[in-house]
This record gives sequence, structure tokens and C-alpha cells, in this order.
Amino acid sequence: MILLAYTTSEYFSIFVMQGFAGLSLFSVLLLMALGLAIIFGQMGVVNLAHGEFMALGAYTVYLCSNLTQSFFPKFGPYYFILAIVAAFFVAGIVGYLVEWLLIRHLYKRPLDTLLATWGLSLIMQQTLRSVFGAREVTPTLPDWLMGSLKPSDTIDIPINGLFVMGLSLLVAFGVLLFTFRSKMGLRMRATVQNRIMSGAVGINTKAVDRFVFALGCGIAGIAGAAFTTIGSTGPDSGQRYIVDTFLVVVFGGAGSMLGTVTSAFTIAQAQSVLEFFMEGTMGKVTTLAVIVLVLMLRPQGLFPSKVRT
Amino acid sequence: MAPDYILSIDKLTVSFDGFKAVDDLNLNLDRNELRVIIGPNGAGKTTVLDLICGKTRATGGSVRFKGHEMLGKAEHKIVRAGIGRKFQTPSIYENLTVFENLEISFPRGRGVFGCLTFQRSEDVVERIKKVAEEVYLADELYMGGAYLSHGQKQWLEIGMLLMQDPELLMLDEPVAGMSPSERHRTAELLAEVAKGRSLLIIEHDMEFVAKIAHRVTVMHLGKVLAEGSMEDIQANTKVQDVYLGH
Amino acid sequence: MKKFYNNVIGGKQGAASFIILAVLLMIVFPTTMSIFRLNLVGKYVTYAFAAVSLVLLWGNTGVLSLGQGIFFGLGGYCMAMFLKLEASDPITTKIQSTPGIPDFMDWNQLTKLPAFWVPFRSLPFTVIAVIAVPALVALIGGFALFKRRVGGVYFAVITQAIALIFSLGIDGNQGYTGGRNGITDLRTMWGWDIRTDHAQYILYFASCLFLIGCILLSNFVLSTKIGKVLLAMRDKEERVRFSGYEVASFKVFIFVLSAIICGIGGAFFVLQVGFMSPSLIGIVPSIEMVIFCAVGGKKSLFGAVYGALLVNTAKSLFSESFPQLWLFAMGALFIAVVVLFPDGIAGLWQNYGKRLVAWIGKMAAARPAIAGPIGEPVEK
Repeated sequence: MILLAYTTSEYFSIFVMQGFAGLSLFSVLLLMALGLAIIFGQMGVVNLAHGEFMALGAYTVYLCSNLTQSFFPKFGPYYFILAIVAAFFVAGIVGYLVEWLLIRHLYKRPLDTLLATWGLSLIMQQTLRSVFGAREVTPTLPDWLMGSLKPSDTIDIPINGLFVMGLSLLVAFGVLLFTFRSKMGLRMRATVQNRIMSGAVGINTKAVDRFVFALGCGIAGIAGAAFTTIGSTGPDSGQRYIVDTFLVVVFGGAGSMLGTVTSAFTIAQAQSVLEFFMEGTMGKVTTLAVIVLVLMLRPQGLFPSKVRT
Repeated sequence: MAPDYILSIDKLTVSFDGFKAVDDLNLNLDRNELRVIIGPNGAGKTTVLDLICGKTRATGGSVRFKGHEMLGKAEHKIVRAGIGRKFQTPSIYENLTVFENLEISFPRGRGVFGCLTFQRSEDVVERIKKVAEEVYLADELYMGGAYLSHGQKQWLEIGMLLMQDPELLMLDEPVAGMSPSERHRTAELLAEVAKGRSLLIIEHDMEFVAKIAHRVTVMHLGKVLAEGSMEDIQANTKVQDVYLGH
Repeated sequence: MKKFYNNVIGGKQGAASFIILAVLLMIVFPTTMSIFRLNLVGKYVTYAFAAVSLVLLWGNTGVLSLGQGIFFGLGGYCMAMFLKLEASDPITTKIQSTPGIPDFMDWNQLTKLPAFWVPFRSLPFTVIAVIAVPALVALIGGFALFKRRVGGVYFAVITQAIALIFSLGIDGNQGYTGGRNGITDLRTMWGWDIRTDHAQYILYFASCLFLIGCILLSNFVLSTKIGKVLLAMRDKEERVRFSGYEVASFKVFIFVLSAIICGIGGAFFVLQVGFMSPSLIGIVPSIEMVIFCAVGGKKSLFGAVYGALLVNTAKSLFSESFPQLWLFAMGALFIAVVVLFPDGIAGLWQNYGKRLVAWIGKMAAARPAIAGPIGEPVEK
């Protein structure tokens, strides 16, 4: 288990490096959690296929990478940003269709939606497997994402980790701006707080639902794009983070952006650090176990929303 | 000797993020009294009942029932202590029959093991039939709850309360949505129910109130505005300004 | 006696369902199938325990658990530990570095049996554990969550998280639990070889009997006032509190009962299939149990059995012939059951099957003895 063979400065380096490894995990979790939280907050729906939308985004980036290599090799280093945008739109459009075809029929039946989205995740997984094969793939990452910064001898900060973190914070900030500064964001907030009244004042709540679902899925697509910089993608990559993502959302307190960020950060860091000291998956197990225990004592999470029903 | 109130509310307050729905409220109810609470919408009347029966958590004050503190107790414990609540919209179990609605309200076997061993014995059946008669539902005993009319649902809910046999009954707008004849029958029903029990009723129908109330409390903005007999209240200028109109 | 008939068997309708299932499981299958296929059916029967448990928990109490695999696995692991210890006596394992302990412990350089394994040398203890361990876990978890009024989607995903924790935890500790490969190479139970055909037949019948027993027990519980309280809770949970009931205690009770039923299923699984692994405990198997229940009709105890049998049979067939298609099919099945057939097979039977049977009956009864004008039947 815990090896006590390191010096203090080595411990420090370990923490810093694990800290940065944790930041990559934090970014992916944050992006996934943002998408899930928006949908959960808006419609009370937990989309168990959320991970598959992430995978969809990752595969989109992979496709973009291949296309660029085959047809526009000179474009090489620049495709990545466009690929991220493409991932957002592909996932978002599929999300829009899914809401229209499936989710809206299950309005007010959250448990049934849970099961239906699980079915959807199976279908999406198999589709990805049939189209892209069962083996994991990686897009060709541009040069500027490779390598690392070395502030000191023992500390190695990978650039892709920094990029991903920057991207997540940018997206989080973007979501915040959108929610509180845009017209659609206002309609979103109104519908969440009082759906009946919102309908009564002329807001098309169904259209808002559809848009929000698509937005949440689109953000998952970005998470997928981010994910390609830190790991390879397979058809069941989506499954890896879905439970963690939900716990992040619930642990943070479902209504709160600050909660989601804090929660993602805490969980990612805890898992990262523990993973170093414990064998195999025990780091993850311990983190999950602690979160579940905390949730049993305090189900409303870290920053619960205080809304009078 | 201190008066023996059945319900003693002292400085009751509930604040939702700064907004005080009930603000430092004091109210004392005598045994066998029928008190009606009136007041404009938003005055906090339903909230008071919510606080007493445990549906909402108070942020300050105390509610003593027969000398015992009720604030902070779980809802089912408050019910078992002897307080019964009827809700504003008829709240019966639609997928059970009238008989089963009444049976479930019978105050025996309400724990898990009590339910496992509960027998539908003679005394239970007798009591259910008796209560059904009192609430004008003797002919609808085996009808599903969902098929009752609005007024019948209200009566069934009162019947369920009677089955519980509480010492304090709290009713929230018991005649809302009823036709005049239904109101009349309900007034008779409540008069019977009130015998030997204490009642706390919220109502808007002034005629109805005048018929049944012993004392009236007027609420406004979470506080008690005035209290007294119906005549006193109707003559009170403050009440006229706020609620009754000239 | 009449009460037993009505409450436990479910009156005339229940008796019919009960007889059909009993005949199917205990007469039709054993006489028409090879022992190999029957053993498969026996495996599906153990999954049916989980499906039945969900009828109680989800169909009747409205609590969706995506973690029934936990309890299935706990019961299974208890039994597996007992059987493994019996198969790891010092003589059989004399080639190990440390004889007398299970092989996977030896591979992980353990030199003595961990403390929590020791009581499982005893069959009586194991039998009690199969029931007590899932019950205890359900009691603690249920209490913590239901008292705090955690329900619905939250509860479902938390059970999913706990299933993940258990499966990863077992997976990652090969020395103590057999790890990813699970506990295998089980041979005898109290000296009786469970791998022979003869034993397999007996274990099959035992599983079926216990399954039917669990169904009868569930029928009984639902026929008491508890059934009515659960109905009321599904309609207006909040209101039930104001009728004087502590809602949480009922949910905990049903949760514990469902856990026990699952645990028994898990134990029979190990006896019939001969191993236990974390792949049966985690997220995917737990949610598959939900689909067995949903396909059968989540409020129908008998339906759940058919659901488990049907879905698993389909899975076997698909996996043999069209493995790629199976995930599609199952995904589509989840969606179809939720959107199109929320009452599952049982619902279809109630709405259409019965009418069909009645119609067939009428057609058969109306066969004309004399043909009237223009071929119209005349009742004789």
C-alpha cells in the first residue's frame, strides 16, 4: 500500500505531478458534469448515455484528424480547434434528435428516462463499435499539444493537461455567461424555477428543454475532444466516467455551478493522489466510497440550492 | 393556575431565505374550541398548519400540544401524538377504495410489523362503516377513490381524519369547491366532528365561518392582526381595511 | 386455509399462474431438455430471483435500484467462499506454498486465511450469511438513504455507484477475494459433489422450489396491510406520513427483503454454475436485472420469472449467432419496454392475452351443431 520511501521533496513533486494529472481528470469530469448538470437541472433527467456523447465527440475529433491527414495535410497543426467545434456540434445535433425522438415522450418519468437512456447508450456503443471497430483509437494530436513544461527537475507538467484545463474553464465560463446573460439562458432559468408560469408567459418550454438537452450533449462532445488529448478512445470509453460524473453533479449540489466546479476538483484530485499511493483501482474505489458515504450523510451535496417549493 | 391550552403557539417564525412567511406568531387554542383562521392570500395561514404538522420546518419559536413540543418532530410522530391535518386540495389515495382509505387511517398497526400482522377484525370494519356513514359515503364504500366527486373526496378526507381519532383537527379550506348544499352538509358534519375535539380551520367563506366559529383569528403578513368572536372581527376597522372591505 | 389461498397464492388467478409456472419449471423443462440446457435454465432461474426482488422494490414500492447485483453477488460470494474452502483442504492443495488455503491466495503470497474467511468453513454459518449479509448491507444503506428521503433518480444512481464500488473493490483485491477471475474450481458441498449431473438436477429443482417460495412469500407480504400502504405511497408518499406511517421504515423493509431474495438467488447461482466473479456484481448485470423485471412486467411476480427466462434465452441465442446485434437488441429492448410496454409481458397478457384466450374460447364454444341460414351458427 502506501510506500513511505520518499523524501519530503519527492513527496512534494509527487503531489504536484499527481495534482496536474488530477487537473486533466478534473477538466474532463468538469466538462462532463457541466453537461449532465445542465440537463439534470433543467429537466430532472439523468442521461445515462451522456458518456456515449462524450465518446461521440472524441470519435469526431478522430475523424477530423484522419480527414485532415488524408486531404489537407498542410493544415495539420490547426485542425484541432475546428475539431473541437465539430465535436460540439455533432454531439449537440445528435442530442437534439435524441430529445425529440425519445426523451420528450418520457417527460415526468425520470426513472423510465434513466432506463431508456441506458438502452440508448447500448445502441450508441454498439454503433460506434460497428463503425470504428472495437480497438481503441487516437487522433493525431498537433505538435503544440505535445511535450511538457519543466519548471524544476522533478516536476513535469504536460502541456495537453494545461490545454484541457484551460478549455474546461473556458467552457465553464461560457456556460455561466450564457446562463445569466443570454435570452435563452433566461428562458432556461425561468423554466427551471417555474415551468408552469414560464409556459404561461409564452416561453416554449419544450423547445427550451430540447435546446438544453442538445447543449448538454454538445458540452459532453467537447469533453470527448478534451479526452482525446489524455487518453485513447474506444467504444466503451463513455462508460468509464458516467458514474463519476453523476456523483460529481450530486456531490456538488445539483443546482450550483460553484458546487459542480468544486466537486469536480475535489473528486479528481482525491482520486489522482490516492491512485498513486494505492494499487490499481483502489484509489478510485476509495474516492467513490468516501463520496457515497458523504452523500448518505448529506444528500443535498456541498452547495444545495435553497428553493422554496 | 396557568390555563390548560391544547395548542400553544409561541413566537412561531419561518423564514425562507429572508422572507418571513410566518413572523413571531402567538396563538393559544382551548380544548374543544373551534377556531377559524382567516386572512388575505399570502397571510401565512396554510404555512402555520404546515409548521404545526411538520410539513415545513420552522426557523424559530415553539408549538406545544398538550404540553409537548412538536417542532422538529417527524410528521408521523405528530400524527400519532393526536394532531390530524386535512389539506387544501383533497388528498386521498386514489388507487385505494373508500373502505381502504379509511382502513389505512385506522390508528392500529402503523409500523412495518404492525402492518404485517394487522387483521381486518370486526371492530375495524364496524368503525369504518360508522365513519363512512358520518361522512355521507356509506353507499360508496367499495368505490375507488379516483371516482369520487370533488366534494366526496373532501368528505372522505375528513372521514380519514375521523378514523385517526385526533384530539386536534386542522382543516385547510374544507368547503373549497363545494356547492351550497354540500357546504351545508359539511357544516353539519363539522359540527358533529367538533364535539369533544379541538378544531383549527382555515376558511374564506364568511357565511360558513360565522356558522361554525367559536373564535376567529385574522392573519396578515405572517402575523396575527386581530382575534375574537365573529362580531368583534367584523367590527374591527383594521380587519375591514385589510380583508373584509367596507 | 382460505386466507392462505387468497393471500399467499392469490386466489384463482394466482393459483393458475402458480400451477403453470410450477409445471413449466419442474415438469416440462426437465423432461424435454438435456442436462446441459437445463443447467442453463437453472442459471436463468437464479437471475429470476433478482427480477422478483425488483418487482417488490421497484414495481410495488416505486424504488428503482440499479444495484441488485450487489446483493446477488454478496449471497453468491458467501456460498462461493464456503465451497472454495472445502475444495482447498490441505491434501488437495498440498502442492501450494501454503496448503489449506485457496489457490488465488497462494498466488498472492498470502500465508494464512484472512480472518473474515474463517467462519465460512461452516455450512450453517454460510447459510445464515447468505441471508444476513445482503440484509445487513441493505439495512444500513437503506436506512441511511431512505431516512434522509433520498429517492428516485438519486437513489438509483447511488446504488449504481455502490455496485461499481463493490465490483471494483473485489476486482482489485485478488488476494482476498479472488479478484477479476473470481472464485472458481468449486467441487463439493459438505462432501456432496455438486458437479455431477445428478447433483445438477437436484440443485435445479431446489432453485425452482426456493424461487416459488420467494414468490409466495412476496405475495403474502403484499397481501397484508403493507401492500395497501405501498399502494398509497406510490400515489402520494407525502400524505402517507400524515396518516401516521413512517415511510422510510417501509422502504427499508422492502429493500432488505429484496436483498435477501437476491442473495438466495446468488447462492443458487454459485451452486449451479460453479463460480462467482465481480462481473456478476457490477453495473451492467445489475441493470440487466432491471430489464428482466421490466420485460416481465414490473408489478408481476410471475411475469418477472418469464422475463428473466426470455431475455436470457434471447441473449444466448443472439450471442451465438449475431453477437454484434445483441447490444443493439438489448438497447432497443430497454427503450421499447419503457416507451411501448411499460407493463411488460404481464401487461400484454392482461390486456390482450386474456381477451385472445376468451375469444378463442368463445369461438370454440360457438361451434354450430346445426348450420343456420347463410352459415350463421345457431346455439344448440
